[in-house]
Amino acid sequence: MIETLDTAMGGIPQVVWIVIKILAIVLPIMGSVAYLTLAERKVIGYIQVRIGPNRVGPRGLLQPIADGLKLMMKEVIIPTNANRFLFILAPILVLAPSLAAWAVVPFDEGMVLADIDASILYILALTSMSVYGVIIAGWASNSKYAFIGALRSAAQVVSYEIAMGFALVGVLIAAGSMNLTDVVMKQQGSFLHWFWVPLLPLFMVYFISGVAETNRAPFDVAEGESEIVAGFHVEYSGMTFALFFLAEYANMILVSILCALMFFGGWLSPFQGIPVLEGLFAWVPGIAWVLAKTAFFLFCFLWFRATFPRYRYDQIMRLGWKVFIPITIVWLLVAGAMVLGNVAPWFD
Amino acid sequence: MNTVVNYFRSLMLWELLMGLKLTGRYLFAKKITVQYPEEKTPQSPRFRGLHALRRYPNGEERCIACKLCEAVCPALAITIESEQRADGTRRTTRYDIDLFKCIYCGFCEESCPVDSIVETRIFEYHFEKRGENIMTKEQLLTIGDKYEQQLASDRAQDARYR
Repeated sequence: MIETLDTAMGGIPQVVWIVIKILAIVLPIMGSVAYLTLAERKVIGYIQVRIGPNRVGPRGLLQPIADGLKLMMKEVIIPTNANRFLFILAPILVLAPSLAAWAVVPFDEGMVLADIDASILYILALTSMSVYGVIIAGWASNSKYAFIGALRSAAQVVSYEIAMGFALVGVLIAAGSMNLTDVVMKQQGSFLHWFWVPLLPLFMVYFISGVAETNRAPFDVAEGESEIVAGFHVEYSGMTFALFFLAEYANMILVSILCALMFFGGWLSPFQGIPVLEGLFAWVPGIAWVLAKTAFFLFCFLWFRATFPRYRYDQIMRLGWKVFIPITIVWLLVAGAMVLGNVAPWFD
Repeated sequence: MNTVVNYFRSLMLWELLMGLKLTGRYLFAKKITVQYPEEKTPQSPRFRGLHALRRYPNGEERCIACKLCEAVCPALAITIESEQRADGTRRTTRYDIDLFKCIYCGFCEESCPVDSIVETRIFEYHFEKRGENIMTKEQLLTIGDKYEQQLASDRAQDARYR
């Protein structure tokens, strides 16, 4: 689709065209982040038997806009003893990689900004980048809470990075390609052909690590209110705080869409291969399936937050190092054996 | 054997799934939120809100300046001054309640031998200027006059428990 558009837009300079494509991805992400915050408050509210925000606009639908306006109007306070340069740089370093990672995410066949062959590697590299922003934020704030929060966050993200990387290796073995489009196309057939069946433990590990990577509940010790106020972003206010917030939610969406792409068949219809239903749902565009699957995983993030109490710090470390890494390593062997043995229906 | 079973259970995230099931059920439960300014929760006739001083049906104020309420008030919120009126009865010249000090315990109401000082069901009020928190005798009597009907019926309902 993009190729045909490319030829149609031949008159427009390349740079302008790239900027348009970037905006076409970033603006919807920003919109989804805004409404994800509303969805979070609504879902958690509903689970707690209340109704959540419903005053701003119909059913509270304008709440995110009001929140955004408030954050923009607020003063950005830079603590006297903070390092000004690093203090401002940190939120940018957190947000930029979590947006840049979207460049290789395909929304449908051919609907991808940069169709590169090493896209899984690229995503792994960029998602690990944002931890630098967190560390710098904690360091530059020159505050004990921010510093402890940054240390906790760094230790946690680095530990879960390993399990997450191994889980991605499993996908790589199964698909035989690092290109996300190829990964999805390898899962064609029916919903039983999707990789969640042969790679179920890896999927669990990936998703749970994803929750830990984004510092979400129940792994949110980095901002444990009761001990360290708000962790690495205690000293941030106004727009600088909003950037951390945006990055956290953009990362959540990214982890969710990657789950959908790598383990749940991306834009492939779940009714593929089922005689009647396949025809009935043939009109649904692929992007709708991708977004529906992503929405489900995002809902899981919110569901977890409303359900589980925060893990103790040593439990987090034990889970990461002593449970997830062994499981992934064992399952990598199993996945390799399945690929070598051409196990039907996934690897034949 | 038990250890092995437990190990597999934790590996299958069994307990966590049970927890998710529980919260998932509550997601669809009936919501108990009361949309406050539009909806209100029911009030008891014993509700303890803003204070009022009552009068007898003939218009005579009930308060006889016995100062029991002043004595019993744990927050020392009540200040009373009294004098002898021309007809020989003792009446208050000043009856102030500092609403910042008041803890709405209802002891004044309980101690009053003539049911003069009472607490109404009014709870939505605010002060805009310093000093407005001191309720004077006139203000308290006005409130009492305005809500006399409700105050009387509330007292009547509660009478057999007192």
